[in-house]
Amino acid sequence: MTDVLTAARPAPPSVARIALARVRLELRLFARERQQVVFSFAYPLVMMVIFASVLGGDERPGDVPFAQYFLAGIAATGIMLSSFQAVGTAIAAEREAGQLERLQLLGTPPVAYFAGKAGQVLVTTAVQLALLLPLARYGYDVPMPADLGHWLTFLWVAGLGALAGTVLGIAVSALPGSASSVNTTVSGFAIVLQFFSGVFFGFTELPGWMQQVAAVFPLKWLTQGMRSAFLPEQAGAFEVAGGWEHGRTALVLVAWVIIGVMVCVRTFRWRRADR
Amino acid sequence: MTTTELAAPPLTGGAPAPAVRVRGLTKSYGTTTVLDGLDLEVRRGECFALLGPNGAGKTTTIEVLEGVRRRDAGEVSVLGEDPAVAGRAWRARIGVVSQGEGAGQALSVRETLDHFARYTSTPQPTDELLAAVGLTEKAGTRVGSLSGGQRRRLAVALGVQGRPELVFLDEPTTGMDPVARRQFWQLVRDLRASGTTVLLTTHYLDEAAELADRVGVIAGGRLVEVAPPAELGAALRREATVRWREAGAWREVRTERPAGVLRDLLAAHPHDEVPDLSVTRPDLEDVYLALVGATPGGDPR
Repeated sequence: MTDVLTAARPAPPSVARIALARVRLELRLFARERQQVVFSFAYPLVMMVIFASVLGGDERPGDVPFAQYFLAGIAATGIMLSSFQAVGTAIAAEREAGQLERLQLLGTPPVAYFAGKAGQVLVTTAVQLALLLPLARYGYDVPMPADLGHWLTFLWVAGLGALAGTVLGIAVSALPGSASSVNTTVSGFAIVLQFFSGVFFGFTELPGWMQQVAAVFPLKWLTQGMRSAFLPEQAGAFEVAGGWEHGRTALVLVAWVIIGVMVCVRTFRWRRADR
Repeated sequence: MTTTELAAPPLTGGAPAPAVRVRGLTKSYGTTTVLDGLDLEVRRGECFALLGPNGAGKTTTIEVLEGVRRRDAGEVSVLGEDPAVAGRAWRARIGVVSQGEGAGQALSVRETLDHFARYTSTPQPTDELLAAVGLTEKAGTRVGSLSGGQRRRLAVALGVQGRPELVFLDEPTTGMDPVARRQFWQLVRDLRASGTTVLLTTHYLDEAAELADRVGVIAGGRLVEVAPPAELGAALRREATVRWREAGAWREVRTERPAGVLRDLLAAHPHDEVPDLSVTRPDLEDVYLALVGATPGGDPR
């Protein structure tokens, strides 16, 4: 080994440089985790096929064909799974394996680590949607967003939803217990939230208390935002508030991002709890 | 980034400040006191072994020095800075050979090293690292397929990748087979020879004797003795035991002056053999067991 370095050292690499290395690493590891790849990309597609095949003849509030209504829901769900669920369970597992401990010992800025996760979520979500939308369009005749305005709505809702999901995924990774117990908790929560948030059923057909519970969490707003991008304008009249509520959607999602960041700052740890 | 604002110990003849200086370190987990006023000094360039039984507080000490565990009280200076508040520039100067995983089982050895090279401004070239730890032929192997010994080598490579001035090794050879263990020792010797300060913990006596310039014996949350391996427990070693058999029964005398005892003994048996006569001094293991209180009153077994 070469001689020890005692002279002045150059400053450690910038946060941006490490963040970039993290994004590349996360994507490489993601691609090699076959189960993860299959689950992330196939889940929305499989659900689309199953539900559209079974309930294809149904209509949803506002005379919207089922597949069209469901695409908005399953797109939102896919975003939640590839951000919130994937990030929450991955961080808990990395902590358990001692990978985060190494990052801490290297003095890795937490922000660089989070940026790596966010970058991975962004790419995987984009790929997921790039597979889902053509399936809906060419397999089930679901119209794509009508114009540039609707596409922009789709983009900001997807982006903000993925961001909130990532931040909240980091936040829940701090839950006590083993990585597998965190996995169970997060997955269970995600499943229930899907039913409450109007992914599988028309939201306005759900009982009032369920709607109210769902309205606290981001998925309902993400789903509603997606409907505003994919459904015809007049379908907005059949939403709970009689409109798409873009302002409130953005507000709730941003609020969750802020809440998530505050929780992360207080609870994120590189190691398992102090003995 | 240069050394020390902290109150440095009085230096004689411009000797460099110690790499590690600890005074009165205490740490409790709940009602269990793990460290109870530990003092420690590791000199620049030496290999220092913290030796002690399991649960003696070795790992806690190392974790406080690495700046990943809070202490309850005491002064700690590592490379001139307090690890509890030191920043990234300080971290760049220390290396840790940790038990934890690299960046994932699915990465190859080379990919792992190339990835972590981006976290430091002073990385050793990956090929040099691979050669130094003997993993050149495993460069393309996924981490998940490495043997336990090979993983430890990778951990060493990661620990020294940023050319640290001080390297921590916490029970590095636990669970290794004898061959892997000897190969690992050579890595530590190479590291020490390059001028790197090494602080390792172990509960293997032979490991401490083999590698360390000085050994600190830790017991009951304190450092009970510090000395080069050969001089450990000097007071205990001075006492020799003279044994022989007399009328079928063992006789035993402990003394710091065995020659006098022998003279008297031989004078008492001017013409006969003294059956089974022996003079022994405690070996390192005896001294160690006495120091950590495993044998009462410093009794050699």
